[in-house]
Amino acid sequence: MRAGAKSTRKGGRNDEVERVSKVVVTGICGRLGKRVTRMLHRAYSVEGIDRRPFPERPKDVIHHQIDIRRKKCRDVFRHGDVAAVVHLGIMHDPRASTEDRHTWNVDGFAKLLEYLDQYHVPKLVVLSSANVYGPRPGNPQFLTEEAPLMGGQNFPEIRDLIEVDMLAQSYFWRKPETETVILRPVHILGSVKNAPSNYLRREWVPTLMGFDPMVQVIHEDDVVGAIVRALTPGVRGIFNLTGPGEIPLSRALDILHKPSVPLPASVITRVQKRLWRWRLTAFPAPEYDHIRFVCMVDGRRAREVLGFAPAHGLRDTLEAVQDL
Amino acid sequence: MRSEPSRALVRTRWGVGRLFQSGAPGQALGLVGQAMGKALSRLQRIGQDLVIPDLEDRMRRLPHRAGEFGVDEFGFDPKVARQAVLAAAWIYRYWFRAEAHGVARVPPGRVLLIANHSGQVPIDGLIIGIALFLEAEPPRLVRAMVERWAQTLPFVSEFFVRCGQVLGVPENCRRLLENEEAILVFPEGARGISKTIDSAYKLTEFGLGFMRLALETRTPIVPIAVVGGEEQYVSVADVKPLARLLGMPAFPIVPQMLIPIVGMLPLPVKYHVYFGEPMTFTGDPDDEDSVIEEKVWVVKSTIQSMINRGLKERRGLFR
Repeated sequence: MRAGAKSTRKGGRNDEVERVSKVVVTGICGRLGKRVTRMLHRAYSVEGIDRRPFPERPKDVIHHQIDIRRKKCRDVFRHGDVAAVVHLGIMHDPRASTEDRHTWNVDGFAKLLEYLDQYHVPKLVVLSSANVYGPRPGNPQFLTEEAPLMGGQNFPEIRDLIEVDMLAQSYFWRKPETETVILRPVHILGSVKNAPSNYLRREWVPTLMGFDPMVQVIHEDDVVGAIVRALTPGVRGIFNLTGPGEIPLSRALDILHKPSVPLPASVITRVQKRLWRWRLTAFPAPEYDHIRFVCMVDGRRAREVLGFAPAHGLRDTLEAVQDL
Repeated sequence: MRSEPSRALVRTRWGVGRLFQSGAPGQALGLVGQAMGKALSRLQRIGQDLVIPDLEDRMRRLPHRAGEFGVDEFGFDPKVARQAVLAAAWIYRYWFRAEAHGVARVPPGRVLLIANHSGQVPIDGLIIGIALFLEAEPPRLVRAMVERWAQTLPFVSEFFVRCGQVLGVPENCRRLLENEEAILVFPEGARGISKTIDSAYKLTEFGLGFMRLALETRTPIVPIAVVGGEEQYVSVADVKPLARLLGMPAFPIVPQMLIPIVGMLPLPVKYHVYFGEPMTFTGDPDDEDSVIEEKVWVVKSTIQSMINRGLKERRGLFR
């Protein structure tokens, strides 16, 4: 946290001239969005788009409480002074209705791209996820950015996310003068309420008997640091973001002193489907593939091109799920 | 220390432990448990001294990249591997009485070990791996490539990974070679392992992938001939339709398996492993198949002649 904060402040001093440049952050009211705002608002003038309210926002942040799908969104861009868009407003909630989620994620993002195009926004940063590659038994140990996005093969709910990633990719050639950055972080841990953090926060953690895949995790503040770095002029491309290293799932649970309950895979996938339908669990059955097969990525490009390095060690990163 | 097992019982939810709480039965149980634990570790120590007296020393000198959390980036865990090595070394030394010839020819650093595949069950991989652990100086960790379906099997997948085996995809090979590791490849694949006895020691078609990889990463190739493996399970026929029906690569008919239980074990044939001189190739890794095939042919014919020499030299199946 401290290291990350220091770097932004330094960045802020260097770009004093750019202080006025406007950065639009979608999904600003999420836990990650708030952290991004806290990092950015001293160096840039930040405007947020989110349908949720943002009561604890810093004074110099303007918040537009609108649905990303609404035409009113265009007004944010109308002055033509937006220097960058950070797109965090992706709905991950697997409980949301398919239609709502799909229109929000895909239609909403397509509209956003339209405004970017129309008002010549020079920078777009999209927070995708390493989950788009999907956990599969045939995965190489470390997937590069060129690997196909197969996450939707067994988990249709994730297809939106893949489509968002693909839309952003198509924007590379649709608008080559815009610097598009797609970030694909591994499992983000911290105060965020995503599936991996929720999983590690459980009293007792279900695991699959006979499976103990290697996993990669990253601290939420390291992701924020990478987003700030991605805003540097001249940076473009797709980057996998990896944290402090790889660890077998069982060791990660040992570090957190979590008792694990190994359950047979064939039984759990069947039972989980029922539980999901009866709303007795927060984890859809296909997510169990993440604790069964490897889905690890090669983060070399982010280290070399983006100059990104995680500030948090593995132990810190894992323990961050407890500071809610 | 003495009361540990009884305390563990007290902690159980069903209150069975309460019966034993600080009572004589608890004490007795604790003592028995302690004695059994001691006896087991004693037995293991004796076994270790008999099979590999210098196991600790070799484990210490084995180059690996396991970090703070006990595993390397591919999931290799020296602690698990140590136990596996102990069992495998017993099989190597006492069941198959394996002999390795020319281990010193394996160069340090990145290397592709190319061997013939035989024997219905991939014991040859284990033999080569243990040979390089026991006989090489310093000991080497051999990375064999496992099939995709092995990753879907519970326990098996976890165990293989902890012992240093990796999924056989080019990306993994490239990364391992960049880390200067040793990779074992059987270019014959499933075709080679399921040979019937009439075609024993006749190499089948070689895949080309290993040669492209060697050219790309400038890796020396060490040809390896394994003699003895073909007779561990004598297969008289391969029922292809049945194999297709069951989704298996082959369905060998092995008469010895008709004998209950004992027949399941491989015959205690004597294994000979011959390591050849390292070969280096140059050229474009993306060349046409015909160009790559020529280079592969050189490796294949070297291995075939090494096998033929080994067969001529051996005095019998079991000695």
